[in-house]
Amino acid sequence: MTDVLTPVLTDNWDADRAWTLSSYESRGGYAALRTALTMSPDDVIAAVKDSGLRGRGGAGFPTGMKWSFIPQDNPNPKYLVVNADESEPGTCKDIPLMMASPHTLVEGVIISSFAIRANKAFIYVRGEVLHVVRRLQRAVQEAYLAGHLGSNIHGSGYDLDLVVHAGAGAYICGEETALLDSLEGRRGQPRLRPPFPAVAGLYASPTVINNVESIASVPSIIANGADWFSSMGTEKSKGYGIFSLSGHVNKPGQYEAPLGITLRQLIDLAGGMRNGHQLKFWTPGGSSTPLLNSEHLDVPLDFEAVGEAGSMLGTRALQIFDETTCVVRAVLRWTEFYKHESCGKCTPCREGTWWLTQTLARLEKGQGSEEDLELLLDQCDNILGRAFCALGDGATSPITSSIKYFRADYLAHLEQGGCPFDPMASTVFAVEGASA
Amino acid sequence: MIDSQTRAELEEIAARYPQKRSGLLPMLHLVQSVEGQITPAGIETCAEILDISAAEVSGVATFYTMYKRRPVGDYHVGVCTNTLCAIMGGDLIFERLKDHLDVGNDETTDDGKVTLEHVECNAACDYAPVVMVNWEFMDNQTPESAAQLVDDLRAGKEVTSTRGPRIVTWREAERVLAGFPDDLADDGPAAGPASLVGLQIARQNGWTAPGVSTGSTTGQREDDQ
Ligand SMILES: Cc1cc2nc3c(=O)[nH]c(=O)nc-3n(C[C@H](O)[C@H](O)[C@H](O)COP(=O)(O)O)c2cc1C
Ligand code: SF4
Ligand code: FES
Repeated sequence: MTDVLTPVLTDNWDADRAWTLSSYESRGGYAALRTALTMSPDDVIAAVKDSGLRGRGGAGFPTGMKWSFIPQDNPNPKYLVVNADESEPGTCKDIPLMMASPHTLVEGVIISSFAIRANKAFIYVRGEVLHVVRRLQRAVQEAYLAGHLGSNIHGSGYDLDLVVHAGAGAYICGEETALLDSLEGRRGQPRLRPPFPAVAGLYASPTVINNVESIASVPSIIANGADWFSSMGTEKSKGYGIFSLSGHVNKPGQYEAPLGITLRQLIDLAGGMRNGHQLKFWTPGGSSTPLLNSEHLDVPLDFEAVGEAGSMLGTRALQIFDETTCVVRAVLRWTEFYKHESCGKCTPCREGTWWLTQTLARLEKGQGSEEDLELLLDQCDNILGRAFCALGDGATSPITSSIKYFRADYLAHLEQGGCPFDPMASTVFAVEGASA
Repeated sequence: MIDSQTRAELEEIAARYPQKRSGLLPMLHLVQSVEGQITPAGIETCAEILDISAAEVSGVATFYTMYKRRPVGDYHVGVCTNTLCAIMGGDLIFERLKDHLDVGNDETTDDGKVTLEHVECNAACDYAPVVMVNWEFMDNQTPESAAQLVDDLRAGKEVTSTRGPRIVTWREAERVLAGFPDDLADDGPAAGPASLVGLQIARQNGWTAPGVSTGSTTGQREDDQ
């Protein structure tokens, strides 16, 4: 039996000056790089494939398979781009990872670039996290000085340059093709696929784009073997992952566990729901994944089971809300977010998110009628599957799922002519029995 | 006017990339650090260096929320009002700060010190409600602590991020984002308390990944050592 929590990526976060090269190396860091450099690039790809690692950025695509799609006979340079844009509401795992142990990511970048034969790699980090940018800049500088980056790395004949690139505030730049346009110095708008980035990505050259946590998992796979990694997790969702709990639990924070742990176990570890309150609704993987409720406490948090429960594992961003929370207010706020972040390229999303906001805002004020719920569902129907990228689809998730599970909350607004909830009661500084 | 030193630094940014246009986002951060906002002169200079039109540069500058077309104060205070933070108290913090500073969203106090804005999820939801000052974390805020925070900033007191160094000015922060590091990377903790809760529970229970010694970086197995 595997232990309930399995710290790997988080295991050195409590070390003294964990972000420094000396701390990282004193605990075994960069040993996996030396191992990888003695292997053939294809064997590194095979190890990652055999481990069963699936992308940690939301979609769960098998990482080793993605790498094997890079056409090695293509004469253009190959690129590795790390997606460190972390902006999906609720998602807060990559940022603490890069803050505490940037070398885990840098070591992963070097091994992964070696595997796909890239000589240039980029970390595209969202701009709104200044200290994380500093820690990445410093880690890259230290890695160059130690000979982990640059030319002829540890006498292997392999060269790699790594650039830390700060974005400038746009959620859509987390979408991988928008990220590429942004990294080329353009407005971040998604590209038509095919061609896929593996064939024509950055500068129309073969490019692998992976999430921070995916790349950071690679050193541990090389150090301990594919079987070790796949001994954790469930049948089709292998390994460990960071689960981020936020909201109305006693101890919000990061919990690294094998995939397949349940929300019930996690809430238990987090000291339960805040005292005197019960779970009302939660997102399994950020705001773009349909809401679930207390019926889903025992769903194994892996790609398959969460899918069967009608949602998606996404980024394991568990935002947890208790009975003091108004679902309509929550959903309206997320919808305003999608409207604000819509890149404007396609009509269903650009116009649709505007209409959704109008309809929801009316309902939140207790205006309109029950028919507006059907109108909302109809609007969602016109966006889902018709939008150019997954942002538009994601915008419909909170709405359709909330109407499915919490129709009564919407109706209560209509009956009362406004919101029946006290916004003070849901805050962290609510005092027992206080009102706004 | 963009001086010759800044121009040289803008060219240096462009040269980091296989194709120089990739430098545009960091270049615009540098423009903000010297000009205090995106200015026509800054746009022109970027366009000249990259051999693209000023309209193309403007098109990019207007797409991203971190680029400002009005002067920003010494301290950009961003209150997260995305759902999780809003519900945990971010909405009340934002209301309190608007009132306390007597400004609206995206406005600057008369003394030019503080620009207030509500921001989207900043990947710190486990520290909700979150306020960002010049893109540094100020975790676990209340309306009272946030009002005190902006008072301290306006009074010129040194303020330290809950998970980082002393807060630098907005222009200094923009320079780091342009890829010119200051010397503060080693300040502040590795992780805040919420980042460590799971790890601490694992330690208390003796839980580890299979065969792994506690505290290693890449799950180094005990039998390897
Ligand atoms: C609107 C939108 C935002 C996204 N934001 C991120 C992000 O911030 N980080 C990330 O890794 N993936 C994000 N993704 C997913 C990426 O498109 C892509 O699937 C991922 O980076 C691939 O890496 P992985 O295979 O390692 O998961 C986003 C997708 C969409 C549609
Ligand atoms: S779905 Fe939205 S974000 Fe995606 S391309 Fe269309 S408008 Fe842009
Ligand atoms: S919702 Fe505020 S940091 Fe995520």
